[in-house]
Amino acid sequence: MSLQERQPVGVTEDGLDYDALADLLGDRVIGREHHLNAEGFVVRPTDVEETLELLRDEAGFDHLSCLTAQEYEDRYESIYHLTKYDDRTQELSVVVPADPEDPVSESAAGVYETANWHEREAYDLVGVDYDDHPDLRRILLPETWQGHPLANDYHQDRPQLVPFQEHKNPLEDDHHDAESDTMFLNIGPHHPATHGVLHLKTTLDGEQVADVDPDIGYLHRCEEQMAQQGTYRHQIMPYPDRWDYASAGLLNEWAYARVAEDLNDIEVPEYAQVIRTMGAELCRIAAHMLAVGTFALDIYGDFTAIFMYAMRDREKVQNILEDLTGQRMMFNYFRLGGVVWDLPEPREEFFEQTRDFLDDLPETLEEYHDLITNNEIFQKRVIDTGVLDPEDAKSYGCTGPVARASGIDYDLRRDDPYGYYDELDWDVITENGGDNYSRFLVRMQEVEQSARIIEQCVDLLEDWPEDERTIQSNVPRTLKPEPDTETYRAVEGAKGELGIYVRSDGTDKPGRFKIRSPCFSNLSALESMSEGEYVPDLVATLGSLDVILGEVDR
Amino acid sequence: MSNEPRDAISGSTDPQTKTREARIGPDLDNRFNSKLREAFGSSPFILTKFDKFMNWVRGSSMFMLQFGIACCSIEMMHTYAVKHDLDRFGSGVPRASPRQADVMIVPGTIVSKFAPRMKRVYDQMPEPKFVVNMGSCAISGGPFQEGYNVIKGAEEVIPVDIHVPGCPPRPEALVYGVVKLQERIANGESSPVTVKPYELEQFGDLEQDELVDKLAAEIDEEDLVMRYNWADSP
Ligand code: SF4
Repeated sequence: MSLQERQPVGVTEDGLDYDALADLLGDRVIGREHHLNAEGFVVRPTDVEETLELLRDEAGFDHLSCLTAQEYEDRYESIYHLTKYDDRTQELSVVVPADPEDPVSESAAGVYETANWHEREAYDLVGVDYDDHPDLRRILLPETWQGHPLANDYHQDRPQLVPFQEHKNPLEDDHHDAESDTMFLNIGPHHPATHGVLHLKTTLDGEQVADVDPDIGYLHRCEEQMAQQGTYRHQIMPYPDRWDYASAGLLNEWAYARVAEDLNDIEVPEYAQVIRTMGAELCRIAAHMLAVGTFALDIYGDFTAIFMYAMRDREKVQNILEDLTGQRMMFNYFRLGGVVWDLPEPREEFFEQTRDFLDDLPETLEEYHDLITNNEIFQKRVIDTGVLDPEDAKSYGCTGPVARASGIDYDLRRDDPYGYYDELDWDVITENGGDNYSRFLVRMQEVEQSARIIEQCVDLLEDWPEDERTIQSNVPRTLKPEPDTETYRAVEGAKGELGIYVRSDGTDKPGRFKIRSPCFSNLSALESMSEGEYVPDLVATLGSLDVILGEVDR
Repeated sequence: MSNEPRDAISGSTDPQTKTREARIGPDLDNRFNSKLREAFGSSPFILTKFDKFMNWVRGSSMFMLQFGIACCSIEMMHTYAVKHDLDRFGSGVPRASPRQADVMIVPGTIVSKFAPRMKRVYDQMPEPKFVVNMGSCAISGGPFQEGYNVIKGAEEVIPVDIHVPGCPPRPEALVYGVVKLQERIANGESSPVTVKPYELEQFGDLEQDELVDKLAAEIDEEDLVMRYNWADSP
């Protein structure tokens, strides 16, 4: 698709021409809906694959960002949120209603790889049955679960049984077979290299990986249900901190803030935007430092210098963030329409502390480069292992440092600007290797860029006139958006595109709240990256993907 | 008495009884009333001393299980790392294998799919073993308590010695919890191992009901299962 010569259908000077797109699809479109972020085309459940294929090939929608499934009184609905890696502002929703009695809908897994996992999740939690799906089984909940928890008739109090079974080798009928060439290996869910509770069902041929099937859901703590039970104004904001918990809290909070502000038409004062930008980038540094530290831990195999250095630097960032927000990790600092309080007094001290950190950073990064980047043994382990080529990355819906390390120039901070990013001077980092090394390099360089952003924010905040320091706009005590307003909005989280879909139902709580987690999509690419590699490279690949299971499982 | 030089052996007929009598005596021989004895207390002599000694050793040199679950594990890593350095208290070497560990810190939310695994990891640790609950999730389900998939605390599954509240607890709080655990261990206390609401059982041993009937085709009689009666959860 990148070699396309023709101009994609529907692209005009000033954005998308939805009518041209509708013409392209012809009578497959049986209705139109309006979502705040994009138009929605309603298509029949039997036309999904054709529709998406046309949109991908003719109109250039190469990024299936998210799939939301939900149940209404009279129907099930799957919404495919499409957009483009080249221009994130061009969005389109494909809405597929399905029968309430027998919710069957055609699968999109043949068009976008990422639909595979997304549809499994939709089946698991909501209960839509995707026809022609290559492997439709539960993904987050155990196989034996009864009912679909986000469907309307689910009773939470019904008992459930969870078996503790031996896992079967997917390649062999019986992996105890003496004749068999392959060996089955469980990695996780409790394993030091899985960064939490990830379970990899691995089949080995000698020391090479023949098949790997990530088994997730060991940390599925019902984040969507929690958000659907909370009120927009205050009760949802604490939860995003706990999605990507590698101290990336503010980045996640921004995802919620952005979608809720969009939905309720809330303006955010400029001063608050600058504070948000600064806080978010501090979080990004902390998150990337954790990624670097644990990646080194995976490769070198011990809690030694690099891990300790990374932790030391995280401590510094956490101290600054604690002064700003009052918490080390679970900040709960953003409010709809701004932030909860101004910078800590005395401000000079805060600025000084932040500047000290920034001044030390180049030297610190030099240390890392000496220890890791230039280390030949490290290079041997990571260069040309775990290669993800750009076409695959797009098909699997990879975003963030993972996509950028495969040469995809895609960063929501620049491509779909929010906050104060478009006023500041910084670069999007890309590398072309697509291997473990590139992903590591991208993160290291992004730390530098974040530092640049923070520095500019500090400059701005220092000179901000005292009587214009508005930290919050006026927001009503209860927010009740118009019923059936729908929107999908994303921000650039530490791991990539962190999106949220919200449908309001006229009350002060969301009717449906769907989280698009970057780690979820990034992890789904693991299979294509590690087949044929050695086991130790699989571990390195997993480390360089930098998944946080809290965000994968939600 | 016996501190005096005894008779020549040749002239003695009952040297052994003499010493023994001297030991048993009408009263205890004051040679034994040493400071050591005061400190150690009375009988049974060897056993209690050794136990006490062992408890002290145990408390002073604990191997933690390297066990990360959720957000709290990030703070747990900080507790192990520079600045907080749990190793100062003789308990900072995480072991990757449960068979080498004697303390398990449970740092996060436990969900239905994970509880059987956690139980198994706990079972694999050698006795004596201790558990520290880190954070509200491990204590009660915390912010996710109402979730359809969340176990309302690790204590539903395994015995727990110390609870460290917080979301997440600061590293200092975890250090305090671990030191408290050491104190308890040195005093020979630990939480009793009792039957927990959610245990691993053989599928065949479950009471027949609708759910069991329904799953009978999918699960073998001998397979281990964990049954969650959500309605009875706190
Ligand atoms: S107690 Fe809080 S910080 Fe700890 S695992 Fe639970 S939600 Fe995360």
